[in-house]
Amino acid sequence: MGAVFSKGLRPVATAAAVTTLAGFALVFFYAPLDADQGFVQKIFYVHVPMAIVALGGFVAGGIMAIRHLRTGDSSWDMRSYVAIHLSIILGTGVLITGAIWAKASWGHWWVWDEPVLVSFLIVFLLYCVYYPLRFSIEDPERQARYSSVFAIAAGAFVPINFTAVRLAEAVTHPRVLSQTGGSLPGEMRFTFLVCLLAMVLLFVTLWKLELTSKRASMQLKRLRTRLELRAETAG
Amino acid sequence: MIRTAAAVLRKDLRIEWRTKEAVPAMALFTVTVYVLFHFGLDRDSLDGELASGVLWVTLLLAAVIGVTRLFAAEREQGGLDAFLLAPVDRTALFVAKAAALFVYLVALEIVAVPAFAVLLLGPNLFDGLPELILILLLADVGLAAVGALVSALASETRARELIVPLLLLPLVVPLLIGAASATEPLFRAGGDPEDLGRYLALLGGYDLVFLLIALAVFDFLLDD
Repeated sequence: MGAVFSKGLRPVATAAAVTTLAGFALVFFYAPLDADQGFVQKIFYVHVPMAIVALGGFVAGGIMAIRHLRTGDSSWDMRSYVAIHLSIILGTGVLITGAIWAKASWGHWWVWDEPVLVSFLIVFLLYCVYYPLRFSIEDPERQARYSSVFAIAAGAFVPINFTAVRLAEAVTHPRVLSQTGGSLPGEMRFTFLVCLLAMVLLFVTLWKLELTSKRASMQLKRLRTRLELRAETAG
Repeated sequence: MIRTAAAVLRKDLRIEWRTKEAVPAMALFTVTVYVLFHFGLDRDSLDGELASGVLWVTLLLAAVIGVTRLFAAEREQGGLDAFLLAPVDRTALFVAKAAALFVYLVALEIVAVPAFAVLLLGPNLFDGLPELILILLLADVGLAAVGALVSALASETRARELIVPLLLLPLVVPLLIGAASATEPLFRAGGDPEDLGRYLALLGGYDLVFLLIALAVFDFLLDD
Protein backbone atom coordinates (compact mmCIF):
# COMPACT_ATOMS: atom_id res chain seq x y z
CA MET A 1 0.00 0.00 0.00
CA GLY A 2 1.14 3.56 0.56
CA ALA A 3 1.32 4.43 -3.15
CA VAL A 4 0.41 8.03 -3.82
CA PHE A 5 -1.54 8.05 -7.05
CA SER A 6 -1.93 11.81 -7.22
CA LYS A 7 1.84 12.29 -7.63
CA GLY A 8 2.50 14.05 -10.92
CA LEU A 9 -1.17 14.35 -11.70
CA ARG A 10 -1.04 18.10 -12.29
CA PRO A 11 1.79 18.18 -14.87
CA VAL A 12 0.33 15.17 -16.72
CA ALA A 13 -3.09 16.79 -16.80
CA THR A 14 -1.62 20.04 -18.11
CA ALA A 15 0.36 18.21 -20.78
CA ALA A 16 -2.77 16.27 -21.77
CA ALA A 17 -4.79 19.48 -22.12
CA VAL A 18 -2.08 21.20 -24.17
CA THR A 19 -1.47 18.27 -26.55
CA THR A 20 -5.20 17.65 -27.00
CA LEU A 21 -5.74 21.30 -27.97
CA ALA A 22 -2.69 21.22 -30.23
CA GLY A 23 -3.90 17.97 -31.75
CA PHE A 24 -7.31 19.43 -32.56
CA ALA A 25 -5.74 22.57 -34.01
CA LEU A 26 -3.48 20.46 -36.22
CA VAL A 27 -6.37 18.25 -37.33
CA PHE A 28 -8.47 21.19 -38.47
CA PHE A 29 -5.91 23.71 -39.72
CA TYR A 30 -2.74 21.82 -40.62
CA ALA A 31 -3.47 18.30 -41.81
CA PRO A 32 -4.43 18.20 -45.51
CA LEU A 33 -7.86 17.00 -46.62
CA ASP A 34 -7.86 13.40 -47.73
CA ALA A 35 -8.05 13.34 -51.52
CA ASP A 36 -10.31 10.32 -51.54
CA GLN A 37 -12.57 10.64 -48.49
CA GLY A 38 -12.56 14.36 -47.83
CA PHE A 39 -13.45 15.81 -44.44
CA VAL A 40 -14.78 12.57 -42.97
CA GLN A 41 -11.29 11.11 -42.90
CA LYS A 42 -10.47 13.47 -39.99
CA ILE A 43 -12.31 11.14 -37.62
CA PHE A 44 -9.25 8.96 -38.12
CA TYR A 45 -7.32 11.24 -35.73
CA VAL A 46 -9.70 10.37 -32.91
CA HIS A 47 -10.64 6.82 -33.82
CA VAL A 48 -7.23 5.24 -34.32
CA PRO A 49 -5.44 6.79 -31.29
CA MET A 50 -8.42 5.78 -29.16
CA ALA A 51 -8.23 2.19 -30.44
CA ILE A 52 -4.48 1.95 -29.91
CA VAL A 53 -4.71 3.39 -26.38
CA ALA A 54 -7.66 1.12 -25.49
CA LEU A 55 -5.79 -2.01 -26.61
CA GLY A 56 -2.65 -0.78 -24.86
CA GLY A 57 -4.73 -0.22 -21.72
CA PHE A 58 -6.05 -3.79 -21.84
CA VAL A 59 -2.56 -5.23 -22.16
CA ALA A 60 -1.24 -2.85 -19.47
CA GLY A 61 -4.06 -4.04 -17.20
CA GLY A 62 -2.82 -7.60 -17.71
CA ILE A 63 0.76 -6.63 -16.86
CA MET A 64 -0.39 -4.82 -13.69
CA ALA A 65 -2.37 -7.93 -12.80
CA ILE A 66 0.83 -9.99 -13.07
CA ARG A 67 2.47 -7.54 -10.65
CA HIS A 68 -0.48 -7.98 -8.31
CA LEU A 69 -0.28 -11.77 -8.27
CA ARG A 70 3.49 -11.67 -7.85
CA THR A 71 3.66 -9.13 -5.05
CA GLY A 72 0.26 -9.63 -3.42
CA ASP A 73 -0.06 -5.84 -3.24
CA SER A 74 -3.74 -5.05 -3.79
CA SER A 75 -3.00 -1.54 -5.08
CA TRP A 76 -1.80 -3.20 -8.30
CA ASP A 77 -5.19 -4.83 -8.66
CA MET A 78 -6.74 -1.39 -8.28
CA ARG A 79 -4.42 -0.05 -11.02
CA SER A 80 -5.31 -2.95 -13.31
CA TYR A 81 -9.03 -2.50 -12.66
CA VAL A 82 -8.97 1.23 -13.44
CA ALA A 83 -6.89 0.68 -16.61
CA ILE A 84 -9.36 -1.92 -17.90
CA HIS A 85 -12.31 0.22 -16.87
CA LEU A 86 -11.01 3.24 -18.82
CA SER A 87 -10.12 1.06 -21.80
CA ILE A 88 -13.69 -0.21 -21.97
CA ILE A 89 -14.96 3.38 -21.99
CA LEU A 90 -12.51 4.23 -24.78
CA GLY A 91 -13.52 1.01 -26.54
CA THR A 92 -17.13 2.16 -26.67
CA GLY A 93 -15.87 5.35 -28.30
CA VAL A 94 -13.81 3.32 -30.79
CA LEU A 95 -16.81 1.26 -31.87
CA ILE A 96 -19.02 4.33 -32.26
CA THR A 97 -16.48 6.42 -34.18
CA GLY A 98 -15.57 3.34 -36.23
CA ALA A 99 -19.20 2.83 -37.20
CA ILE A 100 -19.57 6.50 -38.19
CA TRP A 101 -16.43 6.34 -40.28
CA ALA A 102 -17.48 3.09 -41.93
CA LYS A 103 -20.89 4.53 -42.78
CA ALA A 104 -19.36 7.65 -44.29
CA SER A 105 -16.60 6.05 -46.34
CA TRP A 106 -17.92 2.55 -47.14
CA GLY A 107 -21.67 3.16 -46.89
CA HIS A 108 -22.32 0.62 -44.11
CA TRP A 109 -22.44 1.00 -40.35
CA TRP A 110 -20.58 -2.25 -39.92
CA VAL A 111 -18.11 -4.00 -42.23
CA TRP A 112 -17.32 -7.63 -41.43
CA ASP A 113 -14.37 -7.90 -43.79
CA GLU A 114 -12.29 -5.36 -41.92
CA PRO A 115 -10.29 -7.61 -39.56
CA VAL A 116 -9.23 -4.85 -37.17
CA LEU A 117 -12.84 -3.82 -36.56
CA VAL A 118 -14.01 -7.40 -36.00
CA SER A 119 -11.11 -8.25 -33.70
CA PHE A 120 -11.78 -5.15 -31.68
CA LEU A 121 -15.43 -6.10 -31.22
CA ILE A 122 -14.49 -9.57 -29.94
CA VAL A 123 -11.95 -8.16 -27.49
CA PHE A 124 -14.48 -5.57 -26.34
CA LEU A 125 -17.16 -8.22 -25.74
CA LEU A 126 -14.72 -10.29 -23.71
CA TYR A 127 -13.68 -7.37 -21.50
CA CYS A 128 -17.29 -6.40 -20.84
CA VAL A 129 -17.50 -9.62 -18.79
CA TYR A 130 -14.87 -8.18 -16.44
CA TYR A 131 -17.55 -6.27 -14.52
CA PRO A 132 -20.03 -9.10 -13.85
CA LEU A 133 -17.12 -11.38 -12.98
CA ARG A 134 -15.48 -8.93 -10.60
CA PHE A 135 -18.59 -7.72 -8.84
CA SER A 136 -20.22 -11.09 -8.32
CA ILE A 137 -17.36 -12.18 -6.06
CA GLU A 138 -17.92 -10.87 -2.57
CA ASP A 139 -14.71 -11.57 -0.71
CA PRO A 140 -12.44 -8.57 -1.57
CA GLU A 141 -9.19 -10.52 -1.51
CA ARG A 142 -10.57 -13.25 -3.75
CA GLN A 143 -12.19 -10.63 -5.99
CA ALA A 144 -8.78 -9.05 -6.59
CA ARG A 145 -7.13 -12.41 -7.32
CA TYR A 146 -9.83 -13.65 -9.72
CA SER A 147 -9.93 -10.30 -11.53
CA SER A 148 -6.18 -10.45 -11.99
CA VAL A 149 -6.35 -13.97 -13.43
CA PHE A 150 -9.00 -12.75 -15.87
CA ALA A 151 -6.91 -9.68 -16.78
CA ILE A 152 -3.86 -11.84 -17.55
CA ALA A 153 -5.73 -14.40 -19.67
CA ALA A 154 -7.64 -11.68 -21.55
CA GLY A 155 -4.49 -9.58 -22.03
CA ALA A 156 -2.78 -12.54 -23.68
CA PHE A 157 -5.90 -13.16 -25.75
CA VAL A 158 -5.71 -9.72 -27.41
CA PRO A 159 -2.75 -10.45 -29.76
CA ILE A 160 -3.88 -14.05 -30.43
CA ASN A 161 -7.31 -12.84 -31.45
CA PHE A 162 -5.95 -10.20 -33.79
CA THR A 163 -3.71 -12.78 -35.48
CA ALA A 164 -6.54 -15.28 -35.84
CA VAL A 165 -9.02 -12.82 -37.34
CA ARG A 166 -6.35 -11.48 -39.70
CA LEU A 167 -5.59 -15.04 -40.77
CA ALA A 168 -9.24 -15.70 -41.55
CA GLU A 169 -9.48 -12.64 -43.79
CA ALA A 170 -6.00 -12.18 -45.22
CA VAL A 171 -6.37 -14.38 -48.30
CA THR A 172 -9.66 -13.13 -49.67
CA HIS A 173 -9.49 -9.49 -48.59
CA PRO A 174 -6.31 -7.52 -49.13
CA ARG A 175 -5.96 -4.65 -46.68
CA VAL A 176 -7.51 -1.56 -48.19
CA LEU A 177 -6.37 0.89 -45.60
CA SER A 178 -3.20 0.85 -43.61
CA GLN A 179 -4.14 2.24 -40.24
CA THR A 180 -0.74 2.15 -38.63
CA GLY A 181 0.35 5.41 -40.19
CA GLY A 182 3.03 3.66 -42.21
CA SER A 183 1.85 4.99 -45.57
CA LEU A 184 0.67 8.43 -44.48
CA PRO A 185 2.11 11.61 -45.96
CA GLY A 186 4.29 13.61 -43.57
CA GLU A 187 1.79 16.21 -42.40
CA MET A 188 -0.88 13.63 -41.69
CA ARG A 189 1.58 11.44 -39.86
CA PHE A 190 2.76 14.31 -37.65
CA THR A 191 -0.84 15.24 -36.78
CA PHE A 192 -1.62 11.60 -36.07
CA LEU A 193 1.36 11.22 -33.74
CA VAL A 194 0.40 14.37 -31.80
CA CYS A 195 -3.16 13.05 -31.45
CA LEU A 196 -1.85 9.68 -30.30
CA LEU A 197 0.34 11.35 -27.68
CA ALA A 198 -2.64 13.45 -26.54
CA MET A 199 -4.76 10.33 -26.13
CA VAL A 200 -2.05 8.53 -24.15
CA LEU A 201 -1.67 11.53 -21.82
CA LEU A 202 -5.44 11.82 -21.45
CA PHE A 203 -5.60 8.14 -20.51
CA VAL A 204 -2.83 8.49 -17.92
CA THR A 205 -4.49 11.60 -16.45
CA LEU A 206 -7.87 9.93 -16.12
CA TRP A 207 -6.24 6.81 -14.71
CA LYS A 208 -4.42 8.76 -12.02
CA LEU A 209 -7.49 10.85 -11.25
CA GLU A 210 -9.71 7.80 -10.86
CA LEU A 211 -7.16 6.05 -8.65
CA THR A 212 -6.78 9.16 -6.47
CA SER A 213 -10.51 9.50 -6.07
CA LYS A 214 -10.90 5.80 -5.27
CA ARG A 215 -8.16 6.02 -2.67
CA ALA A 216 -9.73 9.16 -1.17
CA SER A 217 -13.19 7.64 -0.90
CA MET A 218 -11.74 4.49 0.67
CA GLN A 219 -9.94 6.59 3.28
CA LEU A 220 -13.09 8.60 3.92
CA LYS A 221 -15.03 5.39 4.48
CA ARG A 222 -12.41 4.14 6.93
CA LEU A 223 -12.47 7.43 8.87
CA ARG A 224 -16.27 7.40 8.99
CA THR A 225 -16.29 3.89 10.43
CA ARG A 226 -13.79 4.92 13.06
CA LEU A 227 -15.85 8.00 13.92
CA GLU A 228 -18.98 5.91 14.30
CA LEU A 229 -17.15 3.45 16.52
CA ARG A 230 -15.91 6.28 18.71
CA ALA A 231 -19.40 7.81 18.93
CA GLU A 232 -20.78 4.41 19.98
CA THR A 233 -18.21 3.87 22.69
CA ALA A 234 -18.70 7.43 23.94
CA GLY A 235 -22.47 7.16 23.95
CA MET B 1 1.76 -34.43 -10.04
CA ILE B 2 0.83 -36.79 -12.88
CA ARG B 3 -0.31 -39.41 -10.35
CA THR B 4 -2.47 -36.91 -8.47
CA ALA B 5 -3.97 -35.64 -11.72
CA ALA B 6 -4.66 -39.20 -12.83
CA ALA B 7 -6.39 -39.97 -9.52
CA VAL B 8 -8.64 -36.90 -9.76
CA LEU B 9 -9.36 -37.66 -13.42
CA ARG B 10 -10.32 -41.26 -12.58
CA LYS B 11 -12.65 -39.99 -9.88
CA ASP B 12 -14.29 -37.49 -12.25
CA LEU B 13 -14.75 -40.02 -15.01
CA ARG B 14 -16.19 -42.58 -12.59
CA ILE B 15 -18.69 -40.02 -11.27
CA GLU B 16 -19.63 -39.10 -14.82
CA TRP B 17 -19.98 -42.78 -15.74
CA ARG B 18 -22.34 -43.41 -12.82
CA THR B 19 -24.40 -40.21 -12.78
CA LYS B 20 -24.32 -39.55 -16.55
CA GLU B 21 -24.70 -35.88 -15.87
CA ALA B 22 -22.72 -33.97 -18.48
CA VAL B 23 -22.09 -35.94 -21.66
CA PRO B 24 -25.65 -37.20 -22.32
CA ALA B 25 -26.98 -33.69 -21.72
CA MET B 26 -24.43 -32.25 -24.14
CA ALA B 27 -25.27 -34.87 -26.80
CA LEU B 28 -28.99 -34.30 -26.41
CA PHE B 29 -28.39 -30.56 -26.69
CA THR B 30 -26.48 -30.88 -29.98
CA VAL B 31 -29.21 -32.99 -31.61
CA THR B 32 -31.82 -30.47 -30.47
CA VAL B 33 -29.79 -27.63 -31.96
CA TYR B 34 -29.53 -29.53 -35.28
CA VAL B 35 -33.32 -29.69 -35.34
CA LEU B 36 -33.47 -25.97 -34.59
CA PHE B 37 -31.06 -25.25 -37.43
CA HIS B 38 -33.06 -27.44 -39.80
CA PHE B 39 -36.17 -25.35 -39.20
CA GLY B 40 -34.38 -22.05 -38.68
CA LEU B 41 -32.52 -22.31 -42.00
CA ASP B 42 -35.30 -24.31 -43.67
CA ARG B 43 -32.76 -26.61 -45.28
CA ASP B 44 -32.71 -30.41 -45.45
CA SER B 45 -29.00 -30.74 -46.05
CA LEU B 46 -26.06 -28.43 -45.63
CA ASP B 47 -22.65 -28.27 -47.24
CA GLY B 48 -19.55 -26.10 -47.37
CA GLU B 49 -19.20 -23.20 -44.97
CA LEU B 50 -22.80 -23.40 -43.76
CA ALA B 51 -22.33 -27.03 -42.69
CA SER B 52 -19.01 -26.36 -41.01
CA GLY B 53 -20.38 -23.26 -39.24
CA VAL B 54 -23.45 -25.07 -37.93
CA LEU B 55 -21.40 -28.01 -36.68
CA TRP B 56 -18.82 -25.86 -34.88
CA VAL B 57 -21.21 -23.37 -33.33
CA THR B 58 -23.30 -26.28 -32.04
CA LEU B 59 -20.26 -28.04 -30.57
CA LEU B 60 -19.05 -24.86 -28.85
CA LEU B 61 -22.48 -24.19 -27.35
CA ALA B 62 -22.61 -27.78 -26.13
CA ALA B 63 -19.18 -27.34 -24.57
CA VAL B 64 -20.63 -24.52 -22.45
CA ILE B 65 -22.77 -27.11 -20.65
CA GLY B 66 -19.75 -29.25 -19.82
CA VAL B 67 -17.72 -26.25 -18.66
CA THR B 68 -20.51 -25.04 -16.36
CA ARG B 69 -20.65 -28.42 -14.63
CA LEU B 70 -16.90 -28.99 -14.41
CA PHE B 71 -16.23 -27.45 -10.99
CA ALA B 72 -19.80 -27.39 -9.68
CA ALA B 73 -19.63 -30.64 -7.72
CA GLU B 74 -16.26 -29.75 -6.15
CA ARG B 75 -17.58 -26.46 -4.79
CA GLU B 76 -20.97 -27.72 -3.69
CA GLN B 77 -19.78 -30.83 -1.92
CA GLY B 78 -16.52 -29.55 -0.47
CA GLY B 79 -14.22 -31.67 -2.64
CA LEU B 80 -12.08 -28.61 -3.21
CA ASP B 81 -11.39 -28.08 0.49
CA ALA B 82 -10.27 -31.67 0.80
CA PHE B 83 -8.02 -31.25 -2.22
CA LEU B 84 -6.46 -28.09 -0.77
CA LEU B 85 -5.75 -29.88 2.51
CA ALA B 86 -3.91 -32.68 0.74
CA PRO B 87 -0.14 -32.19 0.29
CA VAL B 88 -0.26 -32.29 -3.50
CA ASP B 89 0.58 -29.96 -6.35
CA ARG B 90 -2.41 -27.75 -7.08
CA THR B 91 -1.75 -27.59 -10.78
CA ALA B 92 -2.71 -31.28 -10.83
CA LEU B 93 -6.32 -30.24 -10.34
CA PHE B 94 -6.21 -28.12 -13.49
CA VAL B 95 -4.60 -30.93 -15.49
CA ALA B 96 -7.24 -33.39 -14.25
CA LYS B 97 -10.16 -31.07 -14.97
CA ALA B 98 -8.89 -30.17 -18.44
CA ALA B 99 -8.32 -33.85 -19.19
CA ALA B 100 -11.83 -34.70 -17.98
CA LEU B 101 -13.30 -31.99 -20.19
CA PHE B 102 -11.25 -33.30 -23.12
CA VAL B 103 -12.67 -36.80 -22.59
CA TYR B 104 -16.22 -35.40 -22.36
CA LEU B 105 -15.74 -33.49 -25.60
CA VAL B 106 -14.37 -36.50 -27.46
CA ALA B 107 -17.26 -38.61 -26.15
CA LEU B 108 -19.69 -35.90 -27.23
CA GLU B 109 -18.22 -35.71 -30.73
CA ILE B 110 -18.40 -39.49 -31.19
CA VAL B 111 -22.17 -39.00 -30.98
CA ALA B 112 -22.60 -35.46 -32.32
CA VAL B 113 -20.57 -35.69 -35.54
CA PRO B 114 -22.25 -38.86 -36.88
CA ALA B 115 -25.60 -37.41 -35.86
CA PHE B 116 -24.75 -34.29 -37.86
CA ALA B 117 -23.79 -36.43 -40.87
CA VAL B 118 -27.10 -38.29 -40.70
CA LEU B 119 -29.36 -35.33 -40.02
CA LEU B 120 -27.93 -32.36 -41.88
CA LEU B 121 -24.71 -32.98 -43.80
CA GLY B 122 -25.07 -33.22 -47.58
CA PRO B 123 -21.67 -34.57 -48.75
CA ASN B 124 -20.23 -37.84 -47.52
CA LEU B 125 -18.59 -37.55 -44.10
CA PHE B 126 -16.01 -40.27 -44.80
CA ASP B 127 -14.27 -38.36 -47.60
CA GLY B 128 -12.40 -36.08 -45.22
CA LEU B 129 -12.70 -38.05 -42.01
CA PRO B 130 -8.98 -38.28 -41.03
CA GLU B 131 -8.55 -34.52 -41.45
CA LEU B 132 -11.77 -33.83 -39.54
CA ILE B 133 -10.64 -36.03 -36.63
CA LEU B 134 -7.35 -34.14 -36.47
CA ILE B 135 -9.16 -30.78 -36.43
CA LEU B 136 -11.58 -31.99 -33.76
CA LEU B 137 -8.78 -33.24 -31.51
CA LEU B 138 -6.77 -30.01 -31.82
CA ALA B 139 -9.84 -27.91 -31.10
CA ASP B 140 -10.71 -30.12 -28.13
CA VAL B 141 -7.31 -29.53 -26.53
CA GLY B 142 -7.73 -25.76 -26.70
CA LEU B 143 -11.33 -25.94 -25.59
CA ALA B 144 -10.37 -28.14 -22.63
CA ALA B 145 -7.62 -25.75 -21.51
CA VAL B 146 -9.72 -22.60 -21.82
CA GLY B 147 -12.81 -24.37 -20.47
CA ALA B 148 -11.10 -25.58 -17.30
CA LEU B 149 -9.71 -22.09 -16.65
CA VAL B 150 -13.07 -20.39 -17.27
CA SER B 151 -14.89 -22.92 -15.13
CA ALA B 152 -12.53 -22.29 -12.22
CA LEU B 153 -12.80 -18.50 -12.70
CA ALA B 154 -16.58 -18.56 -12.72
CA SER B 155 -17.04 -21.10 -9.95
CA GLU B 156 -16.64 -18.52 -7.15
CA THR B 157 -19.09 -16.04 -8.62
CA ARG B 158 -22.73 -15.79 -7.69
CA ALA B 159 -23.93 -16.09 -11.28
CA ARG B 160 -21.90 -19.04 -12.56
CA GLU B 161 -24.34 -20.09 -15.29
CA LEU B 162 -24.26 -16.55 -16.62
CA ILE B 163 -20.54 -15.91 -16.50
CA VAL B 164 -19.40 -19.17 -18.16
CA PRO B 165 -20.94 -18.61 -21.63
CA LEU B 166 -20.15 -14.88 -21.61
CA LEU B 167 -16.53 -15.60 -20.80
CA LEU B 168 -15.98 -18.77 -22.79
CA LEU B 169 -17.54 -17.85 -26.12
CA PRO B 170 -15.45 -14.72 -26.94
CA LEU B 171 -12.32 -16.57 -25.81
CA VAL B 172 -12.91 -19.42 -28.26
CA VAL B 173 -13.53 -17.21 -31.32
CA PRO B 174 -9.98 -17.85 -32.65
CA LEU B 175 -10.64 -21.57 -32.18
CA LEU B 176 -13.89 -21.28 -34.12
CA ILE B 177 -12.15 -19.37 -36.92
CA GLY B 178 -9.44 -22.01 -37.26
CA ALA B 179 -11.70 -25.04 -36.91
CA ALA B 180 -14.56 -23.82 -39.10
CA SER B 181 -12.24 -22.60 -41.86
CA ALA B 182 -10.31 -25.87 -41.83
CA THR B 183 -13.50 -27.98 -41.88
CA GLU B 184 -15.26 -26.03 -44.62
CA PRO B 185 -13.47 -27.58 -47.65
CA LEU B 186 -13.97 -31.08 -46.16
CA PHE B 187 -17.74 -30.51 -46.26
CA ARG B 188 -17.75 -29.46 -49.90
CA ALA B 189 -18.50 -32.14 -52.47
CA GLY B 190 -15.22 -32.87 -54.27
CA GLY B 191 -13.41 -30.14 -52.38
CA ASP B 192 -9.85 -30.80 -51.31
CA PRO B 193 -8.43 -29.22 -48.16
CA GLU B 194 -6.77 -25.93 -48.94
CA ASP B 195 -4.78 -23.97 -46.37
CA LEU B 196 -5.33 -26.85 -43.95
CA GLY B 197 -1.82 -26.49 -42.57
CA ARG B 198 -2.29 -22.80 -41.81
CA TYR B 199 -5.45 -23.36 -39.79
CA LEU B 200 -4.00 -26.39 -38.01
CA ALA B 201 -1.05 -24.18 -37.05
CA LEU B 202 -3.48 -21.58 -35.71
CA LEU B 203 -5.28 -24.24 -33.63
CA GLY B 204 -1.99 -25.67 -32.38
CA GLY B 205 -0.66 -22.24 -31.45
CA TYR B 206 -3.86 -21.38 -29.62
CA ASP B 207 -3.72 -24.68 -27.70
CA LEU B 208 -0.13 -24.11 -26.68
CA VAL B 209 -0.57 -20.50 -25.56
CA PHE B 210 -3.69 -21.14 -23.50
CA LEU B 211 -2.32 -24.32 -21.93
CA LEU B 212 0.72 -22.37 -20.76
CA ILE B 213 -1.32 -19.39 -19.50
CA ALA B 214 -3.78 -21.62 -17.68
CA LEU B 215 -0.97 -23.63 -16.06
CA ALA B 216 0.71 -20.39 -14.96
CA VAL B 217 -2.30 -18.69 -13.39
CA PHE B 218 -4.44 -21.59 -12.18
CA ASP B 219 -2.76 -21.82 -8.76
CA PHE B 220 -3.96 -18.31 -7.90
CA LEU B 221 -7.57 -19.41 -8.22
CA LEU B 222 -7.14 -21.94 -5.41
CA ASP B 223 -5.01 -20.13 -2.83
CA ASP B 224 -7.28 -19.90 0.15
